Amino acid sequence: MDGAHDMGGVAWSGPVQPEPNEPVFHAPWERRAFAITLAMAMPGGWNIDMSRFAREDRPPEDYLAKSYYQIWIAGLERLMLESGLIGSEEIAAGKSLHPAKPVARTLTPEAVGAMLHRGGPTEREPTRPSPFAAGQRVRAKNIHPPTHTRLPQYVRGRVGVIERVLGCHVFPDSNASGAGENPQWLYTVTFDGRELWGEASEPGLRVSVDAWEPYLERE
Amino acid sequence: MTEHADHHHHHHHEDHSELSETELRVRALETILTEKGYVDPAALDLLIETYETKVGPRNGARVVARAWADPAFRARLLADATPAIAELGYAGRQGEHIVALENTPRLHNMVVCTLCSCYPWPVLGLPPVWYKSAPYRSKAVKDPRGVLRDFGFELPDGTDIRVWDSTAEIRYLVLPMRPAGTEDWSEQRLTELVTRDSMIGTGLPKRLDEAS
Repeated sequence: MDGAHDMGGVAWSGPVQPEPNEPVFHAPWERRAFAITLAMAMPGGWNIDMSRFAREDRPPEDYLAKSYYQIWIAGLERLMLESGLIGSEEIAAGKSLHPAKPVARTLTPEAVGAMLHRGGPTEREPTRPSPFAAGQRVRAKNIHPPTHTRLPQYVRGRVGVIERVLGCHVFPDSNASGAGENPQWLYTVTFDGRELWGEASEPGLRVSVDAWEPYLERE
Repeated sequence: MTEHADHHHHHHHEDHSELSETELRVRALETILTEKGYVDPAALDLLIETYETKVGPRNGARVVARAWADPAFRARLLADATPAIAELGYAGRQGEHIVALENTPRLHNMVVCTLCSCYPWPVLGLPPVWYKSAPYRSKAVKDPRGVLRDFGFELPDGTDIRVWDSTAEIRYLVLPMRPAGTEDWSEQRLTELVTRDSMIGTGLPKRLDEAS
């Protein structure tokens, strides 16, 4: 979707503000927000692409007004409400009012280490050869799906070069909607700065995105 | 230990007046999820402890120092970073597919996630606030030299910048250049020069006189 999360090249922000000796979390509630978000994916059964869409699919003014972990919490609440794991009246009351919905699994302390170490690899066995090869010129499609996508707006319609063939990976556009993994070939596609930003671009700048085959067309 | 233990016991009015709406909301959620048996507070504590004390940029610094000290490891890292990094015991969530990017006198690499906050957790830990912020996510792909000025340094004119936008599940780790004058340094000592920002591409390794 074309939302406020898609920030590449947008001109409305000020300087980057590094924070010396920054703590991992800036408030106790951020710790808990982080942990419940990670832990709830197991009983919730949603995937990372669904989580990303639940965070980004909100009005720009809301996305920009919320801090990072406030967005995480808003996304988590949405997934839990949609799946019926909790009710909005329970959030308002601050306590459980109904019996729990049966869930397949929950995260035990004993399983934390293995869960983190395993992660969620996205590479899958290809079912056909790669249609593109390194060095080939491709154009990022000028598409604007209202659903989840990982093709940033600043490269759409622009011509780049396939730099690396990264294998076949879970396709977020399908996975986010519950339509399955639908693995697709993934490429690092590199764009010249002038192709993205015009003649005033920094000399020598090159920018890449990782783009799945359905985002690309032969140039 | 942890706040979840207090959640159920500190509902005094003065607490509420000091708590933000967000704090109350997160406490309410944790209470509900714990009461329903969806989350185990001990598992939450362990997740937090892991990323506050175990997984962080010290891991990445060990990878970089090994690459500086051991040419065979460096070659493995640049050829296929995920198994090379796993040799040091770092793997898993948000680092399932890692690519290492070599800085040279002619080429400086910088990593961003314009769409959210993708970051190589097993080697760098959780991302800093500025990495997730609108200024960095918007500016890095268009004005990376301006970003570097925000961080207080300039690259030489002859150095090209290559920006990697982490739009898929590939995670990028910059291999900065080994500082001159460290030829006789041990791998252990080299780790002291490796900063987090030098592994994102928004900084350089420490100067020799800055190392402890």
